[in-house]
Amino acid sequence: MSKFSQFSRSLAIVKKDMLIFYLKGPVIIMGLLFPFFLFGAFLIGRNLSHEYLFVALISMTAFFTSTAVGPTIIPWETRGKTFERLMSSPISITTVLLGDMQASFYFGLFITSAISLIVIFLHISLNLLIFIPAVILALLTFSAMTILMSSYPPTDVPADVMMLSSLVKFTLLFISGIFVPLEKLPLYARAVSAISPLTYLVDALRYSTNLSGYFPLWIDLLALLLFALIFFFSGVAVHKKVLERRFT
Amino acid sequence: MEDIIKAEHLTKYYGDFLAVKDISFSVKKGEIFGFLGPNGAGKTTTIRMLTGILKPSEGKIRIFGLDAEKNMVSLKERMGIVPEMANPYIDLTAMQNMMLIGHLYGMKKKEMKERSIELLRLFGLYEKRDKKVHSFSKGMKQRLSLAMAMLPDPELLFLDEPTSGLDVMSARLIKRIIKDENKNGKTVFMSTHNMNDANELCNRIAIINHGKIVAIDTPERIKRIGREHTVIEFSVEPFRFDKNIVPDVEKVKVMGDKIRIYTKDVDTVIKNIVNYARKEGLKIISLNTQKPSLEDVFVYLVGGKNE
Ligand SMILES: Nc1ncnc2c1ncn2[C@@H]1O[C@H](COP(=O)(O)OP(=O)(O)O)[C@@H](O)[C@H]1O
Ligand SMILES: [Mg+2]
Repeated sequence: MSKFSQFSRSLAIVKKDMLIFYLKGPVIIMGLLFPFFLFGAFLIGRNLSHEYLFVALISMTAFFTSTAVGPTIIPWETRGKTFERLMSSPISITTVLLGDMQASFYFGLFITSAISLIVIFLHISLNLLIFIPAVILALLTFSAMTILMSSYPPTDVPADVMMLSSLVKFTLLFISGIFVPLEKLPLYARAVSAISPLTYLVDALRYSTNLSGYFPLWIDLLALLLFALIFFFSGVAVHKKVLERRFT
Repeated sequence: MEDIIKAEHLTKYYGDFLAVKDISFSVKKGEIFGFLGPNGAGKTTTIRMLTGILKPSEGKIRIFGLDAEKNMVSLKERMGIVPEMANPYIDLTAMQNMMLIGHLYGMKKKEMKERSIELLRLFGLYEKRDKKVHSFSKGMKQRLSLAMAMLPDPELLFLDEPTSGLDVMSARLIKRIIKDENKNGKTVFMSTHNMNDANELCNRIAIINHGKIVAIDTPERIKRIGREHTVIEFSVEPFRFDKNIVPDVEKVKVMGDKIRIYTKDVDTVIKNIVNYARKEGLKIISLNTQKPSLEDVFVYLVGGKNE
């Protein structure tokens, strides 16, 4: 079985995910409405520059949209017994997960791109050569994170995974440099921030405007890439490990 | 003839629980091979091992002559599988479900479209092709499931209880199509807990119980396992029976107000029944002898519930 044919079959998974999961209620709420409420709350009563707001808005949007679909797909499929149907087809579990990851990625990409157009009204100069690669890389990283999130426990209750993954997401959001710039944090808090992949997107996006970053840009991009690889491959490994427990 | 499936010493544990115990069998090209057994016998577990969903705890599987564990993804290109639960995507239409399978099997777009239409017609689902499966009955879902499995025109079909719990029309249609597929040279591995289906469809049957194969042969020859036995069926009033009274009995099964006895010694058993009835003051309502049916042999081999 060639790698290419497995990749092209993963596109069938993407299409299926788009048809089924993009319009599910929790996806719309967590992926679309929630980031904007949060953004609103963040905005109120603070006198912040356009650049600062733009970086926060795009970071939050990218983070929440690309993690909205992914965590619950496999639990849904486990519950509906469609997962056994998929695994009965000539595709590997890696192919299925690659498809699910792309479904998260494209959802994030569509909406983040649309929201990014807001830049036209903000009178800020945006370096697209930094902005586009940073956003794409981050969307990949966050999508890969959902593969890990959906892997354990091997439940067939989507709400369980929703709750756990939300918990993780909010933790990662609050420890990232999105609300308070890293340089204003005490040293220990900066160390904690370094654990969140979102930190590196925020930092990279600051370079794409005229704000200054905390880490060198290449560190931001490299960190995102490493997170993406670690999330995806550890996610696949855990899924493989618990695979049989999904068939009862 | 060529072995399409060869299973050797297959064993499966779920934790400490031994669900399938050291079973071996082979399925020949062009056969409908039936796995017949009561609920919990290990049919689904075996099919899941054969189709790579579960990894055997022990044993080897060869399919089309290849080591199944090493080649599973490519072997599946030649296999169509209907898992136990009718499980198309309920949020997709019948046609979208078909196309998904077509893509997963790497079929060409035109080919998968044409064949989907042909199969949906065959299964009486064409009019509903653009309806979400959500609204389908169990029988329709199962028909769609089989249509999906047949889409890539696989040489080998695995069907886990394909007619279980369906309306009569769906069950009949599915059985007819399984026979037609087989006539066209396809090999079929199916499981069922229904004797009549096994008898009607299968060239060979393996009877499985508590994870073990207890018999494996053609339906006719399996019936012959019971040939030296006779089934004595009788009924007494008031209804009472102590099975220790009757010697030389192989098996006793109470069915409603009748008692069925499996024995090799008709003479002794009947005399004993009559004596027993006389002594206890019971009235014999009916008493007859029969040659065992496939069902009797099945009951004899796997044991009845209300012994
Ligand atoms: N995932 C599982 N975990 C633990 N026990 C299981 C699991 N699946 C099946 N079993 C047990 O294994 C036995 C065989 O089950 P199964 O293969 O589904 O039987 P059948 O399909 O013949 O009804 C049953 O006793 C069942 O309870
Ligand atoms: Mg079963």
